[in-house]
Amino acid sequence: MSPESTGTARSAMSDVTELNLKETELTLGLPGTNNITTSSKRAFSETTVFTPTSSSTSNPAPKAQAVGWPPVRASRKNAMRGCKYVKVAVDGAPYLRKVDLEKYESYDQLLTGLEAMFGSLTIRNHLGNGAEYMPTYEDKDGDWMLVGDVPWKMFVESCKRIRLLKSEASGLEIRRTELKLKEKTCGN
Amino acid sequence: MNYFPDEVLEHVFDYVTSHRDRNAVSLVCKSWYRVERCSRQRVFIGNCYSISPERVIQRFPGLKSLTLKGKPHFADFNLVPHEWGGYVSPWIEALAKSRVGLEELKLKRMVVSDDSLELLSYSFPNFKSLVLVSCEGFTTDGLAAIAANCRLLRDLDLQENEIDDHRGQWLNCFPDSCTSLVSLNIACLKGDINLGALERLVARSPNLKSLKLNRAVPLDTLQRILMRTPQLTDLGTGSFVDEPDSEAYFKLKHTISKCRSITSLCGFLEVSPHCLPAVYPLCSNLTSLNLSYAVGLQGSDLMKLIRHCVKLQRLWILDSIGDDGLCVVACTCKDLQELRVFPSLPFEAGPSPVTERGLVAISVGCPKLHSLLYFCQQMTNAALITVAKNCPNFIRFRLCTLDPTKPDADTMQPLDEGFGAIVQSCRRLRRLSMSGLLTDRVFLYIGMYAEQLEMLSVAFAGESDKGMLYVLNGCKKIRKLEIRDSPFGNMALLNDVGKYETMRSLWMSSCEVTLGACKTLARKMPRLNVEIMNENEVEFNLDDAQKVDRMYLYRSLTGKRKDAPDFVWTL
Repeated sequence: MSPESTGTARSAMSDVTELNLKETELTLGLPGTNNITTSSKRAFSETTVFTPTSSSTSNPAPKAQAVGWPPVRASRKNAMRGCKYVKVAVDGAPYLRKVDLEKYESYDQLLTGLEAMFGSLTIRNHLGNGAEYMPTYEDKDGDWMLVGDVPWKMFVESCKRIRLLKSEASGLEIRRTELKLKEKTCGN
Repeated sequence: MNYFPDEVLEHVFDYVTSHRDRNAVSLVCKSWYRVERCSRQRVFIGNCYSISPERVIQRFPGLKSLTLKGKPHFADFNLVPHEWGGYVSPWIEALAKSRVGLEELKLKRMVVSDDSLELLSYSFPNFKSLVLVSCEGFTTDGLAAIAANCRLLRDLDLQENEIDDHRGQWLNCFPDSCTSLVSLNIACLKGDINLGALERLVARSPNLKSLKLNRAVPLDTLQRILMRTPQLTDLGTGSFVDEPDSEAYFKLKHTISKCRSITSLCGFLEVSPHCLPAVYPLCSNLTSLNLSYAVGLQGSDLMKLIRHCVKLQRLWILDSIGDDGLCVVACTCKDLQELRVFPSLPFEAGPSPVTERGLVAISVGCPKLHSLLYFCQQMTNAALITVAKNCPNFIRFRLCTLDPTKPDADTMQPLDEGFGAIVQSCRRLRRLSMSGLLTDRVFLYIGMYAEQLEMLSVAFAGESDKGMLYVLNGCKKIRKLEIRDSPFGNMALLNDVGKYETMRSLWMSSCEVTLGACKTLARKMPRLNVEIMNENEVEFNLDDAQKVDRMYLYRSLTGKRKDAPDFVWTL
């Protein structure tokens, strides 16, 4: 079985690091030909949700998340995720709680989760004027930081405990909508 | 034909152990069938819906050991809806009603309830061995019943199950009189366990050879347990975390060095790299090492450990080992037969450090390799051709590029030639799973060369019906074919409908087959169950031209199953 040429090389793929999905799209016909016949089959790209990588890195791997790909058992995926439980203290509440940060994928989800856990308090009020509680956390260095500045993954990695301060004590006002915008630009 | 009395035949048949050989024996003549069925003790049912429990019991009254498989393989990857089926209860109920003296039960991908476990536990006085793999539907209450009632329990092996952990005291349910345990695997339990009960159980089990702990068992408990079990051959650690200068860690190092019988090591569900040196004394005896859950270890930690493992035959590892680490494996583990490299996930962490380079190194250093599961960032035809030349003994070859349609990383060509080389060189290949950019050509090669192929997994591959036809026409021994997201349609499906009765099952999801074609197939082949599962669940559009989302067909002697949920339509 000699490596015979199966058609012209894909000349359009000049930049190796840039993922050009069109070229990998399956078509009826031999590779290298231009037989783009109409077909209703689904190319891989249509079955996935792509999160574009940040423009600063030329990461060739797409963040593709097709259902069931890569083919890894759920039990293994869950074990990989691990769990990161941190204590959560709320000003005025006598008991602390614990949350698993690995359960959430964004600041928004975390704050929603905390709101649900502590019942009636609002951590950021949607209209943005006068937040009730300010979320802060202690990082690896022992410093108390405002939640939301660093990318989510970095936060999960460095957060040791969380404290929800009553707004008047913190003297700061950051709106939840601002936080959402920040998350979008950081690509979290 | 029958010149010997039955007792002699039976004695001869005792030496025939494989299921396939015994099945062949039973086909020779009526008296051989009779002697074989009465003397058969071990029965394997690859698809629990292919036959009824009553019929199995009737044919094999001497049944002692039963293995059952339920859901299709792609259920592992969330492609099968949750309530699809695979219930073990009708089997256990039927067995309990009969006079079968069941001793061993092994289940894979089945739904098991606490009630079933309880019924199992008190219906069979000689019950010895329960192995559950990738099962769900039960809680630690069910385990408590097994512990309490199975007086002769030898094996309780729970592998990767979804168990609802009620954090009860189920380990306490083993009576003091239970001293028969040989194998205990609780690694998949998520909750806390009663450490005292565990230690006492281990202390009164002198025959214990295999022990796999869960995350809740800390290092100091492990040390105390190992003090009691110097005869252990197979160890799975729980949490392997402590300060390097702690007394517990010091004691552990000393205790472990005395466990000279351990040949198989796994676990490390939580691990601090600085604690790993404690197991170095075991490494030179290890034949099996599974570090695929040890997320806390870096490539450098793994390399340091593996350098000591000269006798290794089986290695399961994460891709954090990297190509360089695989080179260390290739230099050190000359007896390696099975290698699995799993992805560390998630994607966001960047590209995987495992590529074709690591695989080529392994093929050069480990010529005895026969089973491979390899998740990698990229692959090339040249690498696969080299691997095929170096390792002609592959029985199982599963390759997964993290991007499922990624072409050859050097030439940008499809990976047809590479996989073609594998099937042409590895004449004994029984299982193949491919990924990367693949055209119909790779299927041509498979049909031509893969004569022993029994199981093929296809994803995002091929260009036309021809691909699937090459496989169905060429692979005489194919038993399980599972296909997802590939452009195979009605023409391929209906070309040779008789073929499916020679196979266990066919799975096709997100392909081009239509409802009409499935109906035609079902009509022509009454002994096949053709199941359709659609996204919209209950409402089935009756338009024959509509494509089906998921089709699962399998041969069966029982006809349409009665436990199918609403969203499964058997044609």
